[in-house]
Amino acid sequence: MASKVIHAFYDDDDVLMLAVKKVKAAKHHIDEVYCPFPVHGLDKAMGLAPTRIAITSFMYGCVGLAVSILMMNYIMIEDWPQDIGGKPSFSYIENMPAFVPIMFELTVFFAAHLMVITFYLRSRLWPFKEAENPDVRTTDDHFLMEIEIHDNEQELKDLLMETGAVEINVSEKNSH
Amino acid sequence: MYTFSNRLKIASIVLMIVGALGIIGGFVMAPGTIAEAKAMVASHDEGHGDAHETEAAHAPKENDHAVADTHGEEHDSSHDQHLLDQLKNRPWAALYVAAFFFMMISLGVLAFYAIQRAAQAGWSPLLFRVMEGITSYLVPGGIIVFVILLLSVLHMNHLFIWMDADVVAHDALLQGKSGYLNPTFFLIRAAIFLAGWIGYREYSRKLSLAQDESDDNSNFKLNFRISAGFLVFYLISESIMSWDWIMSVEPHWFSTLFGWYIFASMFVSGITVIAMVTIYLKSKGYLPDVNNSHIHDLAKFMFGISIFWTYLWFSQFMLIWYSNIPEEVTYYITRIADYRLPFFGMVAMNFLFPVLLLMNSDYKRINWFVILTGIVILAGHYMDIFNAIMPSTVGKNWYIGIPEIGSVLFFAGLFIFWIFRALSTAPLQPKRNPFIEESRHFHY
Repeated sequence: MASKVIHAFYDDDDVLMLAVKKVKAAKHHIDEVYCPFPVHGLDKAMGLAPTRIAITSFMYGCVGLAVSILMMNYIMIEDWPQDIGGKPSFSYIENMPAFVPIMFELTVFFAAHLMVITFYLRSRLWPFKEAENPDVRTTDDHFLMEIEIHDNEQELKDLLMETGAVEINVSEKNSH
Repeated sequence: MYTFSNRLKIASIVLMIVGALGIIGGFVMAPGTIAEAKAMVASHDEGHGDAHETEAAHAPKENDHAVADTHGEEHDSSHDQHLLDQLKNRPWAALYVAAFFFMMISLGVLAFYAIQRAAQAGWSPLLFRVMEGITSYLVPGGIIVFVILLLSVLHMNHLFIWMDADVVAHDALLQGKSGYLNPTFFLIRAAIFLAGWIGYREYSRKLSLAQDESDDNSNFKLNFRISAGFLVFYLISESIMSWDWIMSVEPHWFSTLFGWYIFASMFVSGITVIAMVTIYLKSKGYLPDVNNSHIHDLAKFMFGISIFWTYLWFSQFMLIWYSNIPEEVTYYITRIADYRLPFFGMVAMNFLFPVLLLMNSDYKRINWFVILTGIVILAGHYMDIFNAIMPSTVGKNWYIGIPEIGSVLFFAGLFIFWIFRALSTAPLQPKRNPFIEESRHFHY
């Protein structure tokens, strides 16, 4: 489905923050803001829901911990018990201190890698993907605010002009 | 300007009185003769025999006893003398653990404060007066610890066996260490360390107050410079202090990361107390500009340094456990055999509890959550020092009873009295710190 969107350009992150606050105060929904760098506090100003990636990270960490315990139990205790340094590996719990570094590392490894992969999938990023940003200048020195138009083009244009936009375009957009 | 409320003042004085009674009770109850000591252990075993037998921890203890019984008559009497010494040590050790623990809190805060100064941190200047209030306890706390060490040197107690000339005469290892580990040099080192810490604390506090009244930033800059210098002194002196005041109660044993380990303990305890005092003052309507992002940051430090402590605890434990060298591993064997509950309980309190409670970002901003975790962390780090001192001074005759609780109450009362009295002597918010605006607008 194609829809008409308005693109407002800004050349300063402070001006952009004030603009976002004004647009939200005027009860318009901001679809997206494209920035060349992360702007602190922008997510709160846009009213985005807080990220849930921390919860996934905790769950991945638990998976990593479980995998490391099962893995070390199989490798060192069940499959091929050895007598290392006078500590025969007959029971997991008695040899547990030696496995703690591995438990720790795999917890971190699972949490970190799966969290990054989750982030990429959730952000719809993958290799050779075509960039979504509507204007190349958002990778250089411009900020772009995208608002969908619902028969209020002129009203939005006036509002955005007032907030200090340096350029305003209207274009068609194919939503994904 | 904070006024020390009467209720808190009375509460702290009551704590001191009750604690002092407990301390005196501990000394009065300590046995004077071998016969009394044996009677005490016998009645203790009768009273608690059933409860003890159910604990697996005490199984090896019974075996030890059986082995000891097979020794000759001569050995038996030296064993009894040892028992008497341990029971006599108990009130001293309880006093020393509590005195050191509260001194360590203010020393940890002093290190945190110096780091904030040296890093020119923008978020924390609103909390500087709170930190300065807590570090004020270093003066009485440090002097009390020094007096206890002095009394040890004067043979009032047997906390440090290397101070006993008879013991050294029969011990080649201690003779080898006596160039460093001798009473005179020990006291000189303690005096230098305390003078350095207290000197920096008083001078930095003076500059901090002078900055409020001055019309340039020269006091602030000087404070930055002396704080950076102090951190170098602190790192060296804290490390040596931990060998002297804690590690040397077990003079044959050594660990190369012990300084870091004690540092982690004092750092996390100190940060916890900063958070608790800040939350208390805020609940009384003071510190209006401190927002929940400041509490969040302190709670992040509590969380992070708790993990750091566990990392060091485990590093020390695992290397010694794995290599299993007799002179090293005795340290953990005695602790796991005789102190199983406090030893592993402490790891749960200092690691599992803060990790699980403070992991969620939102919980770090909930005041009662931070206070609850803080209480457990403080109790856990008291147990940490307890586990470091007690096995070498009272052996298996430990108990958390009147001397231990009395000492903690007394020093808690003194600590509260002293820091809140210091907090009431200056405005709680610095006026002219160049970063005060940044600190007021700090948000996460």
